[in-house]
Amino acid sequence: MSHDTLPRPVKTDGPSAPRSAARRPRRHWTRRANPLAGLGSLLWLVVVIVPIYAMVSASLTRQDEALGRNALQPPAHPTLDNYNTVLNSGFGHFLSNTAIVAAAVVGIVLVLCVPLAYVAVRTRNRWSGAAFRLFLLGVAIPAQAVVVPLYLMIAKLNLYDSLLAVVLPTAAFAMPVAVLVLTGTLRDISEDLYEAMALDGASPLRMLFQLTVPLAKGGIGTVVIYSALQAWNGFLFPLIFTQSDGPRVLTLGLFNYVSQFGVNIPALLASVVLSGIPIFAVYLVARRALVGGLMGVGGK
Amino acid sequence: MTASSTRAGRPHAAWALPGVLFFSVFAVAPMVLAFYLSFTEWNGLGDPRPVGLANWQRLLDDPRLTQSLWLTALLTVTSWAFQTVVSLLLGVWAAGRQRNRAVLSAIFFVPFLLSSTAIALLFFALLDPNFGIIQQDTLGSSSGAFLAIVFVGGWQFIPFHTLLYQGGARQIPEVLHQAAAIDGAGRYRRFFSITLPQLRNTMATSGVLMVVGSLTYFETVLILTQGGPGTDTAILPYLMYEAGFKSYDFGYASAVASFLVATATGLSLLLVRMTGFGAMRSTREGM
Repeated sequence: MSHDTLPRPVKTDGPSAPRSAARRPRRHWTRRANPLAGLGSLLWLVVVIVPIYAMVSASLTRQDEALGRNALQPPAHPTLDNYNTVLNSGFGHFLSNTAIVAAAVVGIVLVLCVPLAYVAVRTRNRWSGAAFRLFLLGVAIPAQAVVVPLYLMIAKLNLYDSLLAVVLPTAAFAMPVAVLVLTGTLRDISEDLYEAMALDGASPLRMLFQLTVPLAKGGIGTVVIYSALQAWNGFLFPLIFTQSDGPRVLTLGLFNYVSQFGVNIPALLASVVLSGIPIFAVYLVARRALVGGLMGVGGK
Repeated sequence: MTASSTRAGRPHAAWALPGVLFFSVFAVAPMVLAFYLSFTEWNGLGDPRPVGLANWQRLLDDPRLTQSLWLTALLTVTSWAFQTVVSLLLGVWAAGRQRNRAVLSAIFFVPFLLSSTAIALLFFALLDPNFGIIQQDTLGSSSGAFLAIVFVGGWQFIPFHTLLYQGGARQIPEVLHQAAAIDGAGRYRRFFSITLPQLRNTMATSGVLMVVGSLTYFETVLILTQGGPGTDTAILPYLMYEAGFKSYDFGYASAVASFLVATATGLSLLLVRMTGFGAMRSTREGM
């Protein structure tokens, strides 16, 4: 199958000796198989696939068959009962809470970080420099280190056990990387474009919306994905700042299934599979944006 | 004329204020507050009561702190080594544009889509001695539990770092490889003399993210091992959690947290140094 997609020289190219000679070094380093690397990648494929396969197959297994069975064995009597059990224990509610948190976090991060990065790149003075360095330092603050004082603050603000108690700190901790990604993107916008707009008398606000934002779409997309993933992944803040079922998010719902289902491992794994499905669906649809955006972070 | 036309249209620095304020309230102030709380006694109810250096004295005498610091360092270094080697190799390999690589890369990315909690639960089940893939008590032995945490962290985050390396490798100008190939450099020679040096920025970025990230393996530890067996996987964040939210000893927990902040600040300064993020330049310059 890979043969069709490789850009091979067409037949008429073949006999032309000087051309193929000129191409040789290039073919040499891109095309020759590297068996060691190929083998390594297949090995990693096994490492990735086996746990996923074991999880899906176990989630389809009847509970009475689960124990003592080899985890790699396919289920003898496949069943969706485990999924029913999970869906009937508040799964949808937890999922919608997570979606609300993610949307709010993304919104806050964008509204606060885009102007910040814009200032950091466009207005270079003492204040903007200091603001930028604050976020540089912030990259490495682990959430665990501040969870006790945040608990005190959340309690004093009367936000304990609400979704807002999860949203606010999650957004704050997504900001440093967002600022770094955005400044990285904005720096690549040519100064000439700004000057051209300035000559037309455009205000900084108009430049932001008509020039900066459209040209920084890639970086903004990355920030959306990154902060949504942070919210999606969040565990510690919900664990400590919420208590009741009302504001419970998905990660915490999963965690609670451990005690709720006890040794019912198939149901537990069904809940894990279900939790992966929404974001997997997003991945299938928006793979290019998701992967492409994050890939850029490393090249910077 | 030129001076005014370049200054015109520059936003006022105050535009950054809302972001700075928000971040200061919910991230920076708590950090300072954590340090203050480490000099108090507080059980979560009422108000913190100053107790001077008591928490710090107790902390420095606590053998669990030494063990925890050592475990945290060991976990960080081991995870860094494991993840760097695998994601560097996979990323460079995946940077080729053949179709089979695109398909495999898409599959490789899937673990990253699950939350840390989901992944920890998955491996909690798969490592169960009565149910799992390996029918022995991996999490019951101290080295087994430690290696499980390293492996599970890698399983989750290697896809992300692979992506960073893939992006980095694709930015290496092709002419460098062509020139070396013409000079007769073989595949492995080119990897060590061109690819690796060209990826140093990526390595710095990814490395710091890995190091900071391994401080957040808290979920994995909480779900997989509860710090056990005994206290053999009680890394710093877990120690803090236990002191605070299990023993309701928030002053003591804050002293542990201050250790975390110190480590993190050190790392962050390293980040600024190593990656040159601080220099306000386009990264495309000099390409």
